[in-house]
Amino acid sequence: MAFFEGVKMTGGYGTGPDIINSCSINVNRGEIVSILGPNGAGKSTAMKALLGLINLKSGSIAINGKDISKLSPQDRVREGISFVPQTKNVFAGMSVEENLEMGAYLREGDYQNIIDEIYELFPILKEKRNQLVGELSGGQRQQVALGRALMIKPSVLMLDEPTAGVSPIVMDELFDHIIKVKRTNVAILMVEQNAKQALNISDRGYVLVTGENRYSGTGKELLNDPRVRSSFLGG
Amino acid sequence: MDFLNAIILLLNYIFVPALTYGSQLALGAIFVTIIYGILRFANFATGDMMAFGTMVTILITWYFQSIGISLGVLPTALLAIPFAIFFMIGYMLFVDKFVFRYYRVNKSPPVQLAMVSIGVMFVTQAVVRIIIGPSDRRFFDGEKFIIKAGEFKEMTGLNEGLAIKSSQVLTIFITLILVSILFWFLNKTKTGKSMRAYSDNEDLALLSGIDPKRVVMITWIIAGILATIGGALYGLDKSFKPFTYFNNMLPIFAAAIVGGIGNPFGAFLGGYVIAFSEIFITYAYKKFFMYILPESMEPETLVQLLSTDYKFAVSFSILVIVLLYRPNGIFKGKVL
Amino acid sequence: MMGLIILVGIFQSWNVALSIFNMCLISAVMTMGANVQWGYAGLINFGLMGYAALGGLAAVLISVDPVEEAWRAGGFDILMCLWLIIAMIFIIRFILKHFEKTKIRTYGIAGIIIAGIVIIRITSESGIEAIEAVNPATTGFLGGLGLPIVFSWIVGAFFAAGLAFVVGKVALGLRADYLAIATLLISEIVIAIIKHEDWLARGVKNVIGLDRPVPYEVNLQEAEWFINLVTKFNSGKLELISNIADKQAALNQLVIEGSSVFVKLCYSGLFLIVVIALLIVTQKALYSPWGRMMRAIRDNEEAANAMGKNVVKQHLLIFILGSAIVGIAGAMLVTQDGLFTPGSYRPMRYTFLIWVMVIVGGSGNNFGAILGGFAVWFLWIEAAPISLFLINLSTVGLPETHELKVHLTESVPYFRYLMMGIGLLLIMRYRPKGILPEKIEIK
Repeated sequence: MAFFEGVKMTGGYGTGPDIINSCSINVNRGEIVSILGPNGAGKSTAMKALLGLINLKSGSIAINGKDISKLSPQDRVREGISFVPQTKNVFAGMSVEENLEMGAYLREGDYQNIIDEIYELFPILKEKRNQLVGELSGGQRQQVALGRALMIKPSVLMLDEPTAGVSPIVMDELFDHIIKVKRTNVAILMVEQNAKQALNISDRGYVLVTGENRYSGTGKELLNDPRVRSSFLGG
Repeated sequence: MDFLNAIILLLNYIFVPALTYGSQLALGAIFVTIIYGILRFANFATGDMMAFGTMVTILITWYFQSIGISLGVLPTALLAIPFAIFFMIGYMLFVDKFVFRYYRVNKSPPVQLAMVSIGVMFVTQAVVRIIIGPSDRRFFDGEKFIIKAGEFKEMTGLNEGLAIKSSQVLTIFITLILVSILFWFLNKTKTGKSMRAYSDNEDLALLSGIDPKRVVMITWIIAGILATIGGALYGLDKSFKPFTYFNNMLPIFAAAIVGGIGNPFGAFLGGYVIAFSEIFITYAYKKFFMYILPESMEPETLVQLLSTDYKFAVSFSILVIVLLYRPNGIFKGKVL
Repeated sequence: MMGLIILVGIFQSWNVALSIFNMCLISAVMTMGANVQWGYAGLINFGLMGYAALGGLAAVLISVDPVEEAWRAGGFDILMCLWLIIAMIFIIRFILKHFEKTKIRTYGIAGIIIAGIVIIRITSESGIEAIEAVNPATTGFLGGLGLPIVFSWIVGAFFAAGLAFVVGKVALGLRADYLAIATLLISEIVIAIIKHEDWLARGVKNVIGLDRPVPYEVNLQEAEWFINLVTKFNSGKLELISNIADKQAALNQLVIEGSSVFVKLCYSGLFLIVVIALLIVTQKALYSPWGRMMRAIRDNEEAANAMGKNVVKQHLLIFILGSAIVGIAGAMLVTQDGLFTPGSYRPMRYTFLIWVMVIVGGSGNNFGAILGGFAVWFLWIEAAPISLFLINLSTVGLPETHELKVHLTESVPYFRYLMMGIGLLLIMRYRPKGILPEKIEIK
């Protein structure tokens, strides 16, 4: 039994057709799991299902053995599941520190020590703590986004294409940060377009096709699997 | 001496009135901007909501006067305002519950909400006129002047008098206090920050666990406070007439947009920009030049850029220019 | 709807019924104008008041006889100012075309405009004073062209179209809610100008006694054929009266009543022609390829743009057309009233009420617009009697002099706002597409 898992999830948007079909995904603490697949495979949908942003027709979602299939997204946040959307993932009109404070909105009591931890993890943010996030570079914004999501001390962190639209150098830097986060014993689940680089840092990966699990295995296995290579990694 | 006279002249006829009027506009503009920033629609019921708050204030003032409560030199209305605010907040939450909430939940486009606010405008206007009538009402009591023009002349020996009404000082004073508290709330408290976060990025605010219902409720509470105080101060300084309040919506919108809609501090400054430019451009400077220029160069005409009839047109022209060149407003800064 | 108006005719009077009917027709024209912009293209125009006022201004400028004395006194100055304005526009156009966009250019243009305003003020001041001094109690303005007033319906459309061109060029790029606010404010500026430039149309001193396109009651009452007509219509009633003197008095009364009904009927005929013509044109347009394109643009601007449709140009075009229709309505209104009162142009009546008509009737549907115009205007007029009835009903137990009853009865005129507001809110909530929704669904 994995720490966080979605079992045989089926569903789609509103009353539309099912986008994911009997799709199963799980992740343990201290592990990075990537969800890969071609466009329209249902990667982001699977993630939204885990977060409760779409209603499932069947299947279940559990964290630490507790069934959370019926909880609203906000309540899932309370259970320790944090999410970084692909776009608009920061409060651009607020300062770095205020972004972090908003991440801790649900926390009772003092959270200054968590902010300090985040600053330790992303030193650049401490430097720019009073600057508006809208004025930061793309890579720095992604760090703010990660930092905001980490403020509730999540046990599961979900990232939707964290490296979309950033330069290769920034991408490497971001992946380094993600590995740092993983070492703090967080279960990380991410959807990625840059499949090779993602698999390089992932412990495990899932390849989805038309909303179903097609391949799965450790990062290395998938990287070396000729079928995966030919169809998704460009040979 | 002439130079001093000229300065006093400008103070008396431009600076003090503009500062007062600007404060009144600023409160309305912040009202518009906060509703726009958080509830995401242009509220066409602004003027009438302010009229409603003022009406309640007047009714309570009358009641206090009838049972003999007064504040001595200060207007009784000040005592009535807190009670009126409670009533107004109730009204706002009532309107939200039965009108606006439906469209918010359905995620209707802002245009539809603006149309709905026109419905609210009609109803509010009707309620105000049915209850208190359309006529002009003054409800100022207490000491009218802090400095009278004549006294000032005697005191200083200058030709020009400086008259400062207590309603003007009250307006500026209360506005500054209220706005300071508001900015402190928005920038320093957790709830205030959560409101800014909601305005900035609604989806992410939800993901962070911010409760939208709470944010909306607090928005209406703040709006109720601003509408009541803004409206009451305007009524104390000038007079209460429902039609004037409806019309005031226009310079208020202008101030909010000039300041960058969604930006409360911009709206605050925008109020003064509109007020000062209205009064600057329509003031007849003849007397001013008579003081500072030698006799031979005295102007024959009024030296007035535009006649006072175009007072409103000035602020609207500024607005149009701002919309064309800087649609996000002339002040940079944190958006709500 | 017609039935209701006929009921008013039977229970109140035919005179009242016809004046309601005529105003319904005018409202319908205005609503069609707004509907063209909002329903076809999704453009919000809260400046309807300004276009209606321009139409009214056209009625004055076309029909009033020129005041020669005023022309002699200050006409030259005014013409000079006109030339100055035209020159200013051309200079600015020239600069816009031939210079790169820089800060200096922007400031230069601002400088030219400010200098221009100052020069125009200096040039016009004496002329305006002279014009306004000419017999201020009755004229004090330049007067018009002295043409039949019906021409003003076309000229009013052009006036409104001209303003719409300028406003459209300036404001159409704005977001929907900004556009609403901007058009509202611009229309206030227009009203401010009409109100305060007395040399143009006497401002708030009003222009009264405009020429009519239809006969005057007084003339009708003396016309042989009309008296015969009335006698014929009422022969049954008249025969019952045996006394000759009584018969003559009754006939006179009937002729007086009949004359005003006849005049109103003439107006109804003229207005009906306009409404029907507009209805035919707008319906044809709606179902033409152009109408399809407009809806495509409204529903998905980006896609239409990508397909090579010039969205900006089409928006401008439809903004001008819709405003022109409102201008016609404005001219019709002044023609019917026979007077031009700039002070009466208020946004509640000329902008927001028309919008209530559009929303209630059904945006995008021309028949809906007409129905909205009729239904809302009818309610607007009949709101007072209806609310009086309701007040009396609900306070039936109270004595006549009870404070609440007196207060409510005095407030009767304001119940119409309440009804409009509640009506609008109910329609928006439960029939958001209006009573007659748009028929064409785009698959």
